[in-house]
Amino acid sequence: MSFIPHTKEDIATMLAEIGISDIEALYDEIPDEFKIGTLEGIPSAANEMEVVREITALAAKDKFGLNFIGAGAYEHFIPSVVWELTTRGEFYTAYTPYQAEASQGTLQLIYEYQSMMSNLMAHDISNASLYDGASSLAEAILMAIRVNRTKDSKKIIMPRNLHPSYKAVAESITTKQGVELIDIEFNPADGLINTQDLDSHSDATALVIQNPNFFGSLENVDGLTDWAHSQNIIVIAVVNPIAMALLKPPGIWGERGADIACGEGQPLGVPLSSGGPYYGFMTTRGEFSRQLPGRIVGKTLDSNGNEGFVLTLQAREQHIRRSKATSNICTNQGLMVTASTMYMSLYGEQGLVDVAKSCHSKLNEFITAIKNLKGIEVLFDSERFHEVAICMPKSSKKIIEYMESHGISPGLDLSLYFPELENTVLACVTEVKTTEDIQAYVSLLEEALEVIE
Amino acid sequence: MKEQLIFQQSKKGRRVNSLKLDIGDSFSISKDKLRETPLGFAEVSELQVVRHFTRLSQQNFSIDTNFYPLGSCTMKYNPRACNKLALNPDFLSRHPYRGETNSQGVLECLYNLQSILEVVTGMDQVSLTPMAGAQGELAGVAMILAYHKKRGETHRNEIIVPDGAHGTNPATAIMCGCKVIELPTDKNGNLDIALLKDAVGPNTAGIMLTNPSTLGTFEQGIGEISSIVHDAGGLMYYDGANLNAILGKVLPASMGFDVMHINLHKTFATPHGGGGPGSGAVAVNEKLKPFIPLPVVTKTDDKYRWANTDDFPDSIGKLSAFMGNVGVLLRAYVYARMLGGEGMTEVSNFSTLNANYLMKKLQKNGFKLAYPGRRASHEFAISLKEITKETGATAMDVAKALLDYGFHAPTTYFPLLIPECLLIEPTETESKETLDAFVDAMTDIKARFVSDIDGIKSSPNTLALTRLDDVKAVKELNVRFG
Repeated sequence: MSFIPHTKEDIATMLAEIGISDIEALYDEIPDEFKIGTLEGIPSAANEMEVVREITALAAKDKFGLNFIGAGAYEHFIPSVVWELTTRGEFYTAYTPYQAEASQGTLQLIYEYQSMMSNLMAHDISNASLYDGASSLAEAILMAIRVNRTKDSKKIIMPRNLHPSYKAVAESITTKQGVELIDIEFNPADGLINTQDLDSHSDATALVIQNPNFFGSLENVDGLTDWAHSQNIIVIAVVNPIAMALLKPPGIWGERGADIACGEGQPLGVPLSSGGPYYGFMTTRGEFSRQLPGRIVGKTLDSNGNEGFVLTLQAREQHIRRSKATSNICTNQGLMVTASTMYMSLYGEQGLVDVAKSCHSKLNEFITAIKNLKGIEVLFDSERFHEVAICMPKSSKKIIEYMESHGISPGLDLSLYFPELENTVLACVTEVKTTEDIQAYVSLLEEALEVIE
Repeated sequence: MKEQLIFQQSKKGRRVNSLKLDIGDSFSISKDKLRETPLGFAEVSELQVVRHFTRLSQQNFSIDTNFYPLGSCTMKYNPRACNKLALNPDFLSRHPYRGETNSQGVLECLYNLQSILEVVTGMDQVSLTPMAGAQGELAGVAMILAYHKKRGETHRNEIIVPDGAHGTNPATAIMCGCKVIELPTDKNGNLDIALLKDAVGPNTAGIMLTNPSTLGTFEQGIGEISSIVHDAGGLMYYDGANLNAILGKVLPASMGFDVMHINLHKTFATPHGGGGPGSGAVAVNEKLKPFIPLPVVTKTDDKYRWANTDDFPDSIGKLSAFMGNVGVLLRAYVYARMLGGEGMTEVSNFSTLNANYLMKKLQKNGFKLAYPGRRASHEFAISLKEITKETGATAMDVAKALLDYGFHAPTTYFPLLIPECLLIEPTETESKETLDAFVDAMTDIKARFVSDIDGIKSSPNTLALTRLDDVKAVKELNVRFG
C-alpha cells in the first residue's frame, strides 16, 4: 500500500519516454548478484483502517495513570494550540530552511525562538537547537575545549550529581577526541557538589554545573562559577528551562556568568513520548558565537531592503567545512523548537514564571504529605525546585513495581545509578498534579509499604 | 505580507487568561537564588499567537504545499496516518523511565520496526537510538573503531571517504578522532578503484560510502571495493541516505557493507519538520553486533524488554538521554506496516522511474546531465556549467527562479565536484503531471536565460521577499530581538 499515484497509462508513457519496456530495466547497471527478488519476512501491507485499529490497540496496552517521574523528562500541561499548529503541513513537512526566501516562516520562528531562549538564559546568542539535552552537553564540552585557549588539558569536571545519562552520552561522543571526564563527589548531607574536591582539578578546561542538579537540589551557582573563572575554567550550565523562569539564569551566575548554557528543551511544550523526540538547547556569550555548534538564524535584508531571515555563520558547519566543521550535526530538532516557541509565546512573561512557581509549590505540598509516613526519609537537606529524593524503608524496586501495577509511577529508582543511594526514589511534582493526585500517591505508597515484605 | 515579530505585537499586561494557574502559597527558595530580570517574552493573547504562527507557516514551502525535489533529501509525502497514530495520548504520555510491564505496546512497535529494518538491510541487528543520520554515522564509525580495538588494532584510524560524500561523513570521522582520506570519483561517477588500492593499508579503519552515490549513480565496482577494503582489514560503512533508491531491490549487507545508518526521515517518510527531528537507526552484521549502541529492544518469553549492558557488554554506549526519537520511530513503523514488503519495493521502483523520466525529459529540453551515459538512481545531477558561461545564469539563479513557479529548488552546489550542479530527486509519491509541470518550468526558465536574464537574476520576484543578503547576515550578526 505505497503512496504512489501512477496509473497504468502513466507508467506506459513514462517507460516509452525513457525508451525501455519495464521498470526492471532501470536497474541494468546493478550487477545481478546484488539484486533480490522479493523482501521476505516483512508483515504484509495493511490498509489505513487496519493499521489504525492495530496501532491503537498497541497504544492502549500502555494506558496508564499518574506519573511522578521526572529525572530529565518532565510532564507539563501543553496548551492545545501548540500541537494543533505545530503539525500544520507547512511546518511539519518543510525541510531545513536552506532556501531562505521559501522558508521565512521557519526562519522567523527560529529567530524568535533564539531571542526567547537567549533571554531565558541571559545569554547573547542561542543556536537553533541540537538533538537532546544529553547530546547538547556533549557538544558543549567540545565547544568549551575549542574556546578555552588558556588550557592544554581536555579535562572536564563532571560532578556525580549530574544526570547519569548525560554523563554516559558525553562519554560516547567526546572521549574519542581525547576528552577526559573527571567525576567529583556530592555531599551526602545536601546532595550538592563537594567543593573541597574541586581544588585538586584546577587544571581542568571546563566545569559542568547542573542546576537544579539531578536530585532536584539547588547548587551554589555563584560560588562555583567564580571559583571556576578564577582558575580559567569554562563554566557549562546544564539547566531546566522552566526553572530558569524562577531561578537565576546562567548568564548572571557569579561575577561573569556561566560561559555556555545547555540542556533539555522538552519541558517547554514537548510531550514525554518515551524520551523523544525532544531537543537540546544551547546559548553562550557573544564572543563565542563562532564556536557554537548547530544551525543559527540571523536577520538580514533582501535586495529591496526588506527585513528577512537566513541561516547564518554557516562557515562553522559540516556541509561547508566538511572535516573542519565545529560538529557533524546536520539536522536539529526544528519541529520541537516550533512547539516550544508557541509554548513560550502562549505562557508569556508572567505565565512561565507561574508554571515554575506552581511546580515548586506542589513539590512542597507533596513533601509535606509524604514525610509523615512511617519510615520515609526525605533525603538531602537543600533547597529544591520540583524534584525530591525519598529514601524508602523497603525495597525501592518492589515499591515501584507495586505502585506501577496500580497505575502510579512513584519516581526513578536512584539506586540503579547511585549504588550508595539504596532504596531511594527520585520523585517529581509539576503543575499538572492536584492535591487528589498527591493523596493518591501517598495512599498507594502506604499500601505498598504494608504489602511488601 | 510581512509578519511582525511576536515581540513587536506585545502589550504589557496582556495574557492568555485560560492558562492562568493556581501558583500555591508554599515557597521555599532563598532570594539570592532567584531570577530578578524579566524573561523578555511577548505578552499576547491566544488569538494573536494562533494568527502569528499560522501566518508564519504560510510563508514556508513544504511537501504538503509544493513539489520539493531536493536531491539527497527524499522529500516524499509524509502520510497523515503516521502522524495521527504516533500522537495517540497513550504513547505521548509514557515517561521514558516507566517500567517495561506497563510499556509493552510501544516496546512491541519498536521491536517490530527493528525486525523490519533488519530485513530491508540484510543486517543482523538494528539499534533505533541514533537521533539523526549524522548521529547514526557517529555510532557507525565508533563501532568500527571498537571492533578494531577489540582485536588489538587500535592503530587503525583512517577513514576513506569519496569526494562526493555528504559533508557529515568526513565531519563524523573527525569527531571520532580519525584521519580522513578523501578519494576522487572517475569520469563515469564511480570511485577510482586504482586510487582506492593505494589508499588502503594497515591503518585503514574503514570506508564510508553511499550507494547509489550522491551523484545519483550506482557504484558499479562495489563488489571489488568491498574486497579491497576487507582484504586490507577495514570495514565497510553504508551511508543510508539513498536507501530509497534500492529499498527491497538490493540489500546493503549483500553489497559487502558491515554497518550502516538509515535516515528514517527520508526512506520511511517521517517528516523533516523544518530541520528535524530525524532518526538515524543503525544496522550491523554479526561482526559489529556486540558494539551496538543502547538501548535496543529484545524479547524474552513473550515479553518485550530493553537490552542493557549485560546483554551487550561491549556496546559503544548511549547516544541520547533516553531512547532516541521514539515518536519518529512510531511514525516510521506505521509507514512500514502500511507498505509491507511489496510496497517497499514499489517505493524504489517508482522513485527510480520518476527520476529517470524527469532526467530524460530535462535532457531532451537541453539540460546537460552530469553523467549522461548513466541511469539515474532515485536522483540525478545536471550541470549548468555551459549555461553559466554563456548567459551568466547560475545554479543558484535557477533555484531561486523555480520558487516563482511554485517549486522548491533542487539541491544546489552539491556534490561539490559537479560545477553549477542541481541535484534533483522527485521521489515516488509525485505524479507524472507534477513532473511534466516541473519540466515546463525549467524549460521556461532556460528560455529566459536569453530573453529575461535580469528577471532570472533577481528572482524570486513573486514571494514576500526577494533574494536575501547572506553576507550582510554574517557581517552584521543579528541573531535575537532586542
